[in-house]
Amino acid sequence: MLKADQKDKDKLIKPLFETGRTYWVTIAILLAIIGWALYMYYRQLTLGMKVTGMQRPVYWGVYMVNFIFFIGISHAGTLISAILRVTGAEWRRPITRVAEAITAFALIVGSLQIIIDMGRPDRLLSVILNGRLQSPILWDVLSVTAYFLGSITYLYLPVIPDAALLRDNLPPYSPAWRKRLYSIMALGWRGNRTQWIRLEKAIAVMAVLIIPIAVSVHTIISWILATTVQPGWHSTIFGPYFVVGAIFSGIGALFIAMTIVRWKLKLEEYITEKQYNNLGLIFITMSAVWMYFTYAEHMIITAGQEVYEFPVLTSKLWGDYAVSFWVMVALMVVSFWIMVIPRLISKTAKRFLVFQPRFTTGAVLLAVVTGYYLVTDSTIPGLSGINPETLFFLVRGSLLVELLFVGLGVAKWFKTRLVAATTVAGVMVVIGMWLERWNIIIPTMTHPYLVSWAEYHPTITEVALTAGSVALFIFMFLVFFKLFPIISIWEVAEGRVIDAERAKVTIPMPEASGIKERLRGKGIRKARG
Amino acid sequence: MAKWSMVIDLDKCVACQGCSIACRFENNTPVVSPEEAALGRSILWNEVFPLRSEGEAAIASAQAKFLTRPCMHCEDPPCIKVCPVGATYKDDEGIVRQNYARCIGCRFCTVACPYGVRYFNWYEPSWEEGMDTHLNPDRVAGRGDLEGPAIRPKGVVEKCTFCIHRHHKAIARAEAEGREFRNSDYTPACVQTCTAKARFFGDFDDPNSTVSRLSQSRRAFRLLDEAGTSPKVIYLHEG
Ligand code: SF4
Ligand code: SF4
Repeated sequence: MLKADQKDKDKLIKPLFETGRTYWVTIAILLAIIGWALYMYYRQLTLGMKVTGMQRPVYWGVYMVNFIFFIGISHAGTLISAILRVTGAEWRRPITRVAEAITAFALIVGSLQIIIDMGRPDRLLSVILNGRLQSPILWDVLSVTAYFLGSITYLYLPVIPDAALLRDNLPPYSPAWRKRLYSIMALGWRGNRTQWIRLEKAIAVMAVLIIPIAVSVHTIISWILATTVQPGWHSTIFGPYFVVGAIFSGIGALFIAMTIVRWKLKLEEYITEKQYNNLGLIFITMSAVWMYFTYAEHMIITAGQEVYEFPVLTSKLWGDYAVSFWVMVALMVVSFWIMVIPRLISKTAKRFLVFQPRFTTGAVLLAVVTGYYLVTDSTIPGLSGINPETLFFLVRGSLLVELLFVGLGVAKWFKTRLVAATTVAGVMVVIGMWLERWNIIIPTMTHPYLVSWAEYHPTITEVALTAGSVALFIFMFLVFFKLFPIISIWEVAEGRVIDAERAKVTIPMPEASGIKERLRGKGIRKARG
Repeated sequence: MAKWSMVIDLDKCVACQGCSIACRFENNTPVVSPEEAALGRSILWNEVFPLRSEGEAAIASAQAKFLTRPCMHCEDPPCIKVCPVGATYKDDEGIVRQNYARCIGCRFCTVACPYGVRYFNWYEPSWEEGMDTHLNPDRVAGRGDLEGPAIRPKGVVEKCTFCIHRHHKAIARAEAEGREFRNSDYTPACVQTCTAKARFFGDFDDPNSTVSRLSQSRRAFRLLDEAGTSPKVIYLHEG
């Protein structure tokens, strides 16, 4: 008979058995979206891929973007929690389960995209029966399968003690099938010493194994693009670039999930600012590395004199894909800003005018006015005498300065709101990374070598299937966490024990007396200050 | 063993699109509606199209350059390397073939081919009334094989095969007539039909064949040579 802490019982176990209205409403909405997507997929199956916006030469569209995006999100969990486990980061304890669940479900949804994208999903088995190991798709099948099996195991192993805990601490009104479920899942867990040693060993091995697999997964996905000679794809940087982007978007998704869970289940005591802060630091690093790669990738094309690559680049910088490209850049820059700048300014920054709300409001208004003039290109009263070239720089320069001031004011506001800042950054990065995949695939597909350049507009089918995929992801998440505690109870309990042990260790105080003696020796009576 | 190759003399080509049409009837490529064609879904194993030229220059010369383009049957084909199931493969005589019965429609090969010669069946092929009863009955079919002019199911990729069924037929005829197969027995439909006699076909390994000799011409060049595909379709420069 395993015993759970009273706090854990109230906060983590009880919600598993009490379901509110919002939960069912959310489930119903999600199911409706999934149903719609299923219908649209059925149409695609019967009518053919013509219901999508794809054509020659845009042979890959939104489905491929979604594929890369979801598999990227899946790097949230296993990779991060494995790295944190291996490095013994204690603060990981309350968030590992959420992270690992994101991995498993994002992988399922991601792999689904490939089946959706196939012209002949009925011949799926052929990939195994007639598979050619030379094809990057086969590498992908292998590594994604390995990653999926690994992350499912990795999600399941830490669930075992929790399932046992649930089996022994079921509330009296819980249905009988749940007891059976937990008994089976617990695999006869009694919590004795041998079992613990075995479990810890298994988790440790999995944690190490999963890291190279995770890295291989997104590298290989990037190789699907990089092993072709299409303009803009044939790049050695793609492997690491995709892996970094994947971890980056994964942490973004993790932030969103953490905040929703924390807010809905009132888990402030478990998921504290510490998790946000530490994970935030990894996030900032990834953001910086991602920007470095993005810059390097585009910079080299600029200097490459490649007649076929250059149109792809210009379509992103100021052509058809300028909007998606610059929105992506803006999202990444702003998310970096609100993660970094609040950490740099001091708590007492309010003393300075630039951080005061009225100043920020003023800057916002000015920026709106300047932006209006810039967009509408109308003459600015009083400045008509200035030479247009000077004006060009004047308007843009002042807009930049105004935005900078707005940014400083916003940073001050986020200074005391770490969770809000992190969550907003997470949302921005998840959207930004989806756009990044889009910006990599579509501009190249629309600017091939010989075929005339094309346009690509996703159809309602593609929108529906994307919405359905997101809904399916959230749905699996909700169902799973109705059955299993959102926080690994035993890991947190273990953390408490470690903390208590640490608290007993006394750190020796510096010897103050020695200083006094020395001071007296120098003829000083009392230390000043 | 022959190494089939094609030479196209752009000086002679008048861009009449006869090759496209001959190919269409020979290989049963489906007809698409104008709306679908506008969306970029038409299927032309051999396409005749104006080359992309940059704005000003195009207007100044006021003369579009046309290119007629079958599959290059590359010696080093990127399309084959990426196919996960071996639905596209190079046979002993260097022809890059496509098996509709095995293709899973992942469209990796269409993305990998730098020449854009591969086409996807976005929907069930259909023909107007009257046309559907006059399809080419030839097939290259067997257990798990479906190639050549055979009617494609939706969701698979197809492309120029150098009229592979004509090759098989030519061999069968020679056998029936009790004689050796001669290289001149086999000609793809586009070569046979070409109004301007701009296309030549033959064995590249035979130093005396027309294609071998023409490929030595100073006008000879290969399309997108920098892609490293070593095409077996060789063009002769205009002018
Ligand atoms: S031209 Fe394209 S389809 Fe033909 S062999 Fe070369 S890569 Fe393959
Ligand atoms: S679309 Fe067909 S032929 Fe092309 S790579 Fe995929 S399975 Fe192979």
